[in-house]
This record gives sequence, structure tokens and C-alpha cells, in this order.
Amino acid sequence: MSSSPSLANGLSEAETRRLKELSLFVRTETVRLISIAKVGHYSSVFSCAEIFAVLYGGVMRLMRAEPKWPGRDRFLMGKGHAAVGLFPLLAEWDFFPKEWLDSYTRLGSPLGDHPDMRKVPGVDFSSGSIGHALSAGVGMALGGRLNGQDFDVYVLLGDGEMQEGQVWAAAMSAAHHRLSHLVAIVDRNRYQLDGTVEDVIDIEPLADKWRSFGWDVHDVDGHDVEALTLLLRRLKSEQVREKPACIIAHTMKGKGVGFMEAEPGWHLGFLAPSDEEKVLAEIRARGGLQ
Amino acid sequence: MSEALDPGSWQYRGLNARAPSLSVLADTLNELAAEGRPVVAVTADLQYSNGLIGFARKYPERLFQFGISEQNMVSAAAGLATTGHMPFAATFASFLALLCCEQIRTDVAYSALPVRLIGHHAGISLGFYGTSHHATEDLAIMRSIADLTVVSPADGAQFAAAIRASMTWPEPIYFRIARGHDPVVYDRPALFEFGKAVTHHEGADLTIIACGSMVHPSLDAVRALRAGGRDVGFIDMHTIKPLDRDAVIAAARRSRCLMTVEEHNVLGGLGGAVAEVLGDIGGAPRLVRHGIMDEYSLIAPPTHLYAHYRLDAKGIESYAIETMSNRGPS
Repeated sequence: MSSSPSLANGLSEAETRRLKELSLFVRTETVRLISIAKVGHYSSVFSCAEIFAVLYGGVMRLMRAEPKWPGRDRFLMGKGHAAVGLFPLLAEWDFFPKEWLDSYTRLGSPLGDHPDMRKVPGVDFSSGSIGHALSAGVGMALGGRLNGQDFDVYVLLGDGEMQEGQVWAAAMSAAHHRLSHLVAIVDRNRYQLDGTVEDVIDIEPLADKWRSFGWDVHDVDGHDVEALTLLLRRLKSEQVREKPACIIAHTMKGKGVGFMEAEPGWHLGFLAPSDEEKVLAEIRARGGLQ
Repeated sequence: MSEALDPGSWQYRGLNARAPSLSVLADTLNELAAEGRPVVAVTADLQYSNGLIGFARKYPERLFQFGISEQNMVSAAAGLATTGHMPFAATFASFLALLCCEQIRTDVAYSALPVRLIGHHAGISLGFYGTSHHATEDLAIMRSIADLTVVSPADGAQFAAAIRASMTWPEPIYFRIARGHDPVVYDRPALFEFGKAVTHHEGADLTIIACGSMVHPSLDAVRALRAGGRDVGFIDMHTIKPLDRDAVIAAARRSRCLMTVEEHNVLGGLGGAVAEVLGDIGGAPRLVRHGIMDEYSLIAPPTHLYAHYRLDAKGIESYAIETMSNRGPS
């Protein structure tokens, strides 16, 4: 890792540290919010905490307190059940009051298990039913191009989501329409509810699939904030490619908490208060990374 | 063009004949685009069938082709709507309502995006193409989706007026359109207001309430009944949701019985909506729901199907006479 100031081939130490801290913040806030709801998708957030942190802390073009700014980059989640990790970042951007987080999932709260664009400023598209988000992202990219705008559209997809047919219909149409401002990020954490993706319905060879659908495909360590940031920034500056880009982010389900990494059953769970303290201590000690 | 229509098969002779009351879709979008409205359209390999090719030729950058991926198309239309455009998403009503139901509910209606969904070739108008292409459930499905307006125009003029009215209507809309071969009801530019029914006649014996493709044959039936001395009223209920409750209640107060006519299952569509109003007010007159009797329609040319299901003028007239009798229709 480079220790030099921000250069084309590296991030400054300070920036790398800031992004790591932001991913730590995503994890600790996730634990805090789920303690209010008393059930939640810990490990689904932990696998994409660095992706959230890099997008909202180092890549996306956003304007503080202006969630509807037309020139903003868009973010959509196919894996909407990880929204609990997104909400604290939206609050950090002052898209809604931070106090909203304190009543996460309580009666009448705009914040639920899945992101809702009608209720939550900063959520660019609602989700919850797996498989729709890439299509909606295709529509946004088409609309932006028709408007003469240059915003980018980032769509975070689960790897189990690759089993939905609509994803591939969307992938085909995105390549056909040459949507160079569309970036799909697959959180390749290798688990879904019923077991490993490989055992449930194997999606490999994944990179070849996307490539054969006409996408520009990149593999990256999804927990390496520096590699993620540099790749996403490069894609942002390389709009000449005339193809949508797919990033396969290799991640670990439950990353950052030992017993969740070993037991992907933590897809959905609830920590007892005594365990919660241990988990928070471990996340802080490991810095969200290994 | 009408001289090229074969009355027995309801087919046009020649290739890609423009269906008169469906071609208003592209014509009206062209006008609106010329007026500076932010209209765009999406299609799933049916731009010749629904006439959107006429829009694509004039505004190629505003027509997005999705191929045979209707669900993808509807979700993408929702995405397009977030960028300031008003997307018109058209495909066969059977595919739109049944295949894309969840995308419509979650991505369009729940997200409150101003997408205009055009379900064309609705009802049994696709004739011998069979049950997969018939849509006799779409009104019931769409009506149960919150914040979705459901409209079934009677003809091209009313459809054009409804498209224009939709420019200032904030909610997403499902337009149920017939095959485009339906005869003209409104021979001048129609006035259209969402949720405001058009009462053509008032009658003490019976009020017929119809929508969409059933307006024209019902009006023919009403004229024959009135000529025969029956005091029969008629309401064109073009908006199924929000339903014009006042028009239904006024008819219920005025008439000894009501009869709904729809090219749809008698469960959950126009007849169901009217029945709900009558249930709410209590002490209402008898309601007879005429349509497809909770069954899968037969294979036949469309005009033959209308005769078989008594959904042509003659069938509606005799059904009305039976409704007015003490026994009800048989």
C-alpha cells in the first residue's frame, strides 16, 4: 500500500484510513440499529461495508443536504436487505436528520429493512424484491443520457441475485444501449439463505457471463478500500469505453466478526446485548479489516 | 382503412395495417413531444402492434426498445421516470398485468412514479391466439394496487383525451386498450376527466354501466331498448379507479336495476367495483354483472367470441331484457 500523497496509482494514507474508518462506522452503526429492530441482516452488510464506504466516501458525486440534486450520481441496491448499512451514510450526508436512525424500524419510521425512496431522502430507488434494481438503473442511465447529463449509476447486486432472470434481461439491454455510465457491483460473498451460492444454484463462470453479455468486467477484493476506490475512480474517468462495467467484488459474508465469518447463518439474526459489546469490540479492534 | 377490415375475422388485409383507435397513442405522443412535454416510450418487441413505431420514426431518441423482456421494461420505465421523463410503457395487457404485476406494484406504483402503462389488445380481442394472450384479469389485478389509476377508454378519441389529461395527473396510470379496431363512440375530440364518468342516458328501468370496448355495443343496445319503449340509462365508466361513486349512487337511486358490461372476468373488475359501492350504500337495487363468467375464453375470431359471450350489441340487449325481468338473465 502506498504511503505517498494521493496519486493516480495509490491513495494517500490519510484517505485510506478515512475510508477504512467509514467502513468501520457502517459496521458499528449496523450493530446499533439492529439492536433497535431486534433482528437484521448483519452479515449481508458486513460483506459490502467497504463498498458502501468507498462509494459514499470516495467516489460518488453528491451534494451535502441536497438528496434530489439532479446532477448527483445514483445508487441502487438489488440486495435491499443491506439498507441498514446505507442509512447511516445517508444521514452523514445530511440527507435526513441523524435522529431518524434512533427509531429505526419503530412504528412510523421511514427506515425499514429495505430502502424506500418515497420515505427516505437520499434513497434513489426502492428495493426489496431481488432482481429489479439493475433494470431501474438501466432506465436511469437512459434518462440521464437523454437529458445530456453525465451522472453515473451504481447498482449493488447480491451474488444470489444472479439467479434472477430479470438481471440478465437488464444486463442484455444495458449492453445493447451502450450505457457507459452504468456500473454494476456484485457483492460476491458466496452465500445466500439456503447455503452457499454454489450449492443452491451455481452462478459460475460469473465474469465470463457478464463479459459475454457485453460488459466490461473487473475482479477486485471487495474489502480493499484502496483497490475499490482506484478502480471505481478509473471507471469514472474512462467514459470512452462505451460499455457498462461490472465489478465482481470478492467479499466475505460477515466480514469483521469472527463467528459470523465462520457461520453465514448470521444472514439474519439478533445479537444478545452481551454479545453485542463483544462484537463491537472486535470490529473496532480489527478496524473492520484483516 | 376501414374498408380493408374483414368483418368476420376482424383482421385487416395487408401488412401492419394501423389500428385506428390504437394509432392515437403514437399520434398523441408526437403532438405532446412537439409541445415540449417530456414524454418517452418503451416497448418490448411490439412497436408495430401498438403503433409506437409512429413515435419512434419521429422521435427515435425517445423510444427505447427492450426486446422481449417486459419485466425489465417496466422496471426500466420506473428508472426513466426518476430522471424527469414521463414514460409510456406498452405491451399486451395479458403480459403487462400478469407478468409485470410485481414490477408495476413495487417499482412504479409504490414508488409513485408517473409511468403510463398501456395494456393493449386487452380482453378477448386477440381471439384465436388463445388464453395466454387474453387478458380477463387485468382490471382486477390493477385495481387492487394502491395509488394506481385504472382507465379503460371507449375509443381512440377518448384514449387521446385521456393521454392528454394524464400530463397533469400525478399518479401512475394503467390504460386498458382494446385492439384498436373498435368502432368510434366519440366522433369529436372527447372531453376527459379522470374519475368522472360520462352519463349518456338516464333511465328508471335499468342503467347499463360499461367500460372500454363494451361502450359502443352497449350504446347500440341502449338505443334499441329505448326505441322499444324501455327506460334504460347508460354510463361510460372509463375510469375504473378512482371509480365515480357519485355516478353509481345516482344510477342506483334512479333505476330499478343496474347492469355492468365489461370484456373481463365478472370478478374484481368493473362489476366488482360497482358492487362494492352498492354494498357500501345498502338498500341498493339488484346488480347484474355481465362479462366473462370466471372461465377461460374459447378460441375463435374475436367477433365470434363477442357473439358467443353475448358481448355484442344483440347479446347485451337480450341480456338487459332478461335482467329487467323478474328472473334475471339465464
